[in-house]
Formats: sequence, structure tokens, C-alpha cells
Amino acid sequence: MRKFATLASTLALTSAINLAYAGEVEVLHWWTSGGEAKSVGVLKEMLEAQGHSWKDFAVAGGGGESAMTVLKTRAISGNPPAAAQIKGHDIQEWADLGFLSNLNDVAKAEKWDEVVPAVVTNVMKFNGDYVAVPVNVHRVNWLWANPAVFEKAGAKIPTTMDEFFVSAEKLKAAGIIPLAHGGQAWQDATVFEAIALDILGSEDYNKAFVMHDDAVLSGDKMVEVFTVFKKMRNYIDSDSPGRDWNIATSMVINGQAGMQIMGDWAKGEFIAAGKVPGKDFVCLPAPGTDGQFTFNIDSFAMFELSNADNVTAQKSLAKTILTPEFQEVFNLNKGSIPVRTDMDMSKFDSCALDSMATFKASNTSGDLVPSMAHGLATTGYVQGAIYDVVTNFFNDPDGDPKETVTKLARVVKAAK
Amino acid sequence: MFNTLQKWLPKIILSPSIFLVTVCIYGYVAWTGYLSLTHSRFLPNFKWAGLLQYNKLMENDRWVTSCINLLIFGVLFIIISIILGTLLAILLDQNIRQEGAIRTIYLYPMALSFIVTGTAWKWILNPGLGLEKMMHDWGWTSFEFNWLVSNDMSVYTLVIAAVWQSSGFVMAMFLAGLRGIDSSIVKAAQIDGASMPTIYWKIILPCLRPVFFSAVIITSHIAIKSFDLVTALTSGGPGYSSDLPALFMYTHAFTRGQMGLGAASAMMMLAGVLAILVPYLYSELRNREQ
Repeated sequence: MRKFATLASTLALTSAINLAYAGEVEVLHWWTSGGEAKSVGVLKEMLEAQGHSWKDFAVAGGGGESAMTVLKTRAISGNPPAAAQIKGHDIQEWADLGFLSNLNDVAKAEKWDEVVPAVVTNVMKFNGDYVAVPVNVHRVNWLWANPAVFEKAGAKIPTTMDEFFVSAEKLKAAGIIPLAHGGQAWQDATVFEAIALDILGSEDYNKAFVMHDDAVLSGDKMVEVFTVFKKMRNYIDSDSPGRDWNIATSMVINGQAGMQIMGDWAKGEFIAAGKVPGKDFVCLPAPGTDGQFTFNIDSFAMFELSNADNVTAQKSLAKTILTPEFQEVFNLNKGSIPVRTDMDMSKFDSCALDSMATFKASNTSGDLVPSMAHGLATTGYVQGAIYDVVTNFFNDPDGDPKETVTKLARVVKAAK
Repeated sequence: MFNTLQKWLPKIILSPSIFLVTVCIYGYVAWTGYLSLTHSRFLPNFKWAGLLQYNKLMENDRWVTSCINLLIFGVLFIIISIILGTLLAILLDQNIRQEGAIRTIYLYPMALSFIVTGTAWKWILNPGLGLEKMMHDWGWTSFEFNWLVSNDMSVYTLVIAAVWQSSGFVMAMFLAGLRGIDSSIVKAAQIDGASMPTIYWKIILPCLRPVFFSAVIITSHIAIKSFDLVTALTSGGPGYSSDLPALFMYTHAFTRGQMGLGAASAMMMLAGVLAILVPYLYSELRNREQ
């Protein structure tokens, strides 16, 4: 109760101070479904408690493609929103065009550099200046499995790539689809990067997808990655092309399929179906990637505004996003983990705790790598080029791994 | 006064639309052409790139695949829908009962948008959901129809859906053409002892040449601008095996931030349309004048 009173009085105090120059923030986002919409609602309330007004600018459509089109139009016409949900390398693109505003003063006052790992802040900075605020961290290299199905087939939930194929064979023999998958380019790339992380190791993964080292891209290890990737195709049902990721997740939930390689947003589907982590479903690192962490960070980029009151509101928004209170509520709803490493994690479930532990450990061991499939590792151009090679190879029964790596190196070079 | 008005009125009335066409069609064509020669990525910029984007385009496997797909899709779609449309029109023209009702049934698919057609056919052709599953449930377990999820065959599913949608429309065009043919010619031929197939083949169909012309023009532009159908039916997949140039252009210009490359592909599409349509239009129109 006392804690609540302190909180209430601080809020009252801050709002009293801020009321003098209350501004409006317009926020472009595409979090319109279920848990995501709820999370945004929390941010809105917290900002309104500080006396600012919130103008919601939600553009529906999962990957945010339509939102980006709208944003470009608004930005070119000189009327950008205060904040927009932009992530990864796109932040650099926008900053390079001179649209984003400098947040260094907020970052300094709030000590962002101390509480957020450098891998994360690097994505948020352009030429050393903060231009965006991280909201959450997703781990992409997860394997989701239904233990009941494994028990029925007499198989073990795999932790290495070899075990994966042994178990997959058993599941297949028992008439269960071993791997639930949706045949869309980004999902193919998600599985591909999990295999690459295992076979190449973190260092070569970075060389290939961040630095685009020709020798690694066309090397023998990469041939092996593609060979394993193609082998995995045998354990996916033939109807997968075009399937959405959440449909694939529901196949694991209802026992039609044994496992799925997908980021931690899949947890939301399990929870929504009333399943309990550790009992009805388990989350493990993707085969062979224990201790490694492929990160995908959602963030808000802050646009340069002319109205001084709105700038104040914008800075409050930036500050609020990184407060422990918001980080907790938001990430509990979203299935991801907070970007702050100094948080009390008592309310989070076992998957999130595991994720947080790996996040901290991998940050020091060098096993924390950006996700290629989700636009954190490289520019959209190179990412698109890799997508094309990967998805084409995966779907072409005659695809040859050796030829494909040569092609991969070539297209990456061309797109750079 | 009245004379001046009469002289200027048509020009005044036409000028807004001429202005709009100049700016919104030719102006933007020129603008796209200019962008295709720049380094435009995320947003338009004016760093001169020469023919770089065109070189990149030619080396891009996905672009080559999408052009081949357009060729397969376009040719099959135009030929099949015209043959089917003509046949349906001829059969309907035999003074059958309930012609109006049947005509409406065949014409109805045209009232749907390609998004609806694409989604419906996606369900029908999905092996785990539609036709194949139904046959399996009925006991015909060896039945297989997995074109939608097959790398080699997916482009043909586009043909199926597009033909289903458009052949009724082609039928209506031919039916109108058939009704316009002077029945005395047919009667004269019958008196001369010509059989019905001969009459159709030698007399009626040649008379319908202008209808063929319109049908080819209309269906070929449907084929080239096909975007919604492929988006709804296969999204270019599996992989990018059923990609079409319009989808390629949209993906690169708007979602991958490669506006220069997208503009280059748009210009290539325009060039393709002109290369096919202009000679055809020219020869048809010249023939008609003579």
C-alpha cells in the first residue's frame, strides 16, 4: 500500500510538473491484436497520467508493410508522427535521411547506457546518438514442443541437431508431423538462421550475416547448413506453403505436429489456448543453440518535431517506454523479455526467465547475435536477397546446396 | 458570343481530364523512368545510377522467374479463356431454354474481385483442405492434386483461377458478337449445303475478328497487371516459384526499400506491354481502315 502511495504521489507530482507544457504524441504502430493492443493501451495510460495526450495512429497488418507506406507519405509531406514502430536497420535508414530526433539528453538522464546492453543500444543509435527507444527483446531461436506427442511416439525432445532428426523420424513413424512450419519466406529464413547458428557458430554467423564475409557465405560450413536445411524439409507436411505462423503453432498445440522453430511470440498462442509452460508445452533453444541468443528487438523511432510542447511529450514517451513498470507490463503481455537487465523478473514465466538468463549470459560470451530473418543483422536489401535464395532453395526439390551457396555469396555482394 | 462558347466549350470540358491524364499517367511514367535511373532506395533520391538498376534486374533470378511465369500465365490464360468463352457462347447461341439464367451463372465470376477468387481457389486447391482432401474422404485415396504447393506447378493454379474468373466475360463478348451477325448469311450458307461446323469455322468466327481483338486486349491487360490474384492465391510461393512482375515490383519498391530496382522493373513491364500491344493494335487498326 505504501509503495502504491509513493507511486501515486510521484505520478501526481510528475503530472503536476508536466501539466504546464503538456503536449501530444502521435504514435504509429501496428500492434492491433489481442495482447499487443493491450500493451499499447498501458503505454497510453501511463503517458496520459503524465498529462500528455495520446493520438493513436494504428495501421493494421502484421509485418507493418502498410504502416511503413503510410509513414513514408507522412514523413515526406513534412508531417511525421512523434514516434513510429521502426526496427533494426530501418532505423539507420530513417536517421540517415535526417528524419529522426536526438534523444541523448533523455538517455543520459535515465542512464540507458548502464541498464541496456550495448548490442541493443547500438541498434538504437545513429552515429553514436540515440534516435530510437527499444521496447522489448524477442529470442528467435526457440524450439516449441508438445511433450504429450513426444511421449506417444516414444521420442525424446531434441537438444541437438542429431537428436532432432532421430526424434523427427520417430514422430513421423507414429503418424505425427514432426515439424510444424509455414512456407513463407520469413519463416523459412527463421528456421534457416537457427540451423546456421548451430552449424556456423556465433562468430561465423556474424561474419556471414552481419559482415557478409564472402569466404563464410560460400564456405563448406554453409553448404552443410543448406544440406541440413533441405533434410528438415522431409519432416514438414506438404501443405505448408503459404501457411501463417500461428496456424503452424496451433498444429503443435493440438498435437497434430510435434514441434516448431519460431520466436517467443509463439508463446502467446500457447498461453491464449490455455496451455501451461513446462507442462502442456516446452520451450527449448533451437537444436544445438543452447546458450546462443538470436535477438529481435521492437523499437520506437522518434521523429524530429517542430512544436516544443510535443517535443516534451515525445521525450516523456521515450522515458516512459524504458521505465521498469512499462517494461514489465508490456513484456508480460507480449511474450518477450524486457530490454533492461536490472529488472525484477518474478512475474515472468519459465520461458521468459530462461530467455533472460541466456540474454545476460550470451551478452558477455559473444553468443548474442542479431536475427537476419527479422531485419536486425543487415539492411533490407541484403535481407531480401538472402530471403529469395533461402526460400527458393527450400522449395525447390532439385536445389543443390553447393550451387546455392555460390549464389548466396553472389546475391549478397550484389545487394550490399 | 454563342459561337465562341460553342467553339471553346468542348476544349474547356475536356481540359481537366487531359490535364489529369498528362500528369497522372504520362507524368508519372516519366517520373518512374527517372527513378529507375537513380540510386533510390527507401525514399526517392536523385543520385544518378545510369543503367545500374537494369543490370541488377537482369541478374536477378527472381525477376527472370517472374517474367517466365508471366509468359506462361499470360499465354495460357488468354488462349484458354478465349477458347472456352467462344465455345460457351456458341453453345448458348443455340436457342436453348433458360439461356438468361445460364448466361448469368457463367458471367457471375466476373463480378467477384480477384482477391475473392484467389482466396476461394486457395482453399479449393489446398491439398489438406479442398479438392484432394474431399476425394480422399470419399475413398479415392490415390487422388493427388497438389499443384498449389508444388514448385513446378504453382503457376498453373493462377491460370485455373484466372480462367474461371474471366471466361464468362469473354463468353458475353462473343455472345454479343454472335447476336450481331446477320442471320441471312447463315441461312444462305445452309441453302448452299454447308454443315453447321463449317458455317461456324468458315463464316461466323471470321466475322467475329473485332471481338477476338477486344478479347485479346482485355485479357492480356488483365494478365499483365495481375497482382491481387497472385497475392491472394499463392503470394508468389512456394518460394518465389509463382511470382509475377507486378508482385516483384511491389515487393521491391515498397517493402524492401529498393525503389530504384522497383522502378526499373515497372519500366520493363511497360516496355513489355508496349512491345506486344503496339504492333498488334497497329496491324488490327490498319486492317480495319482498309
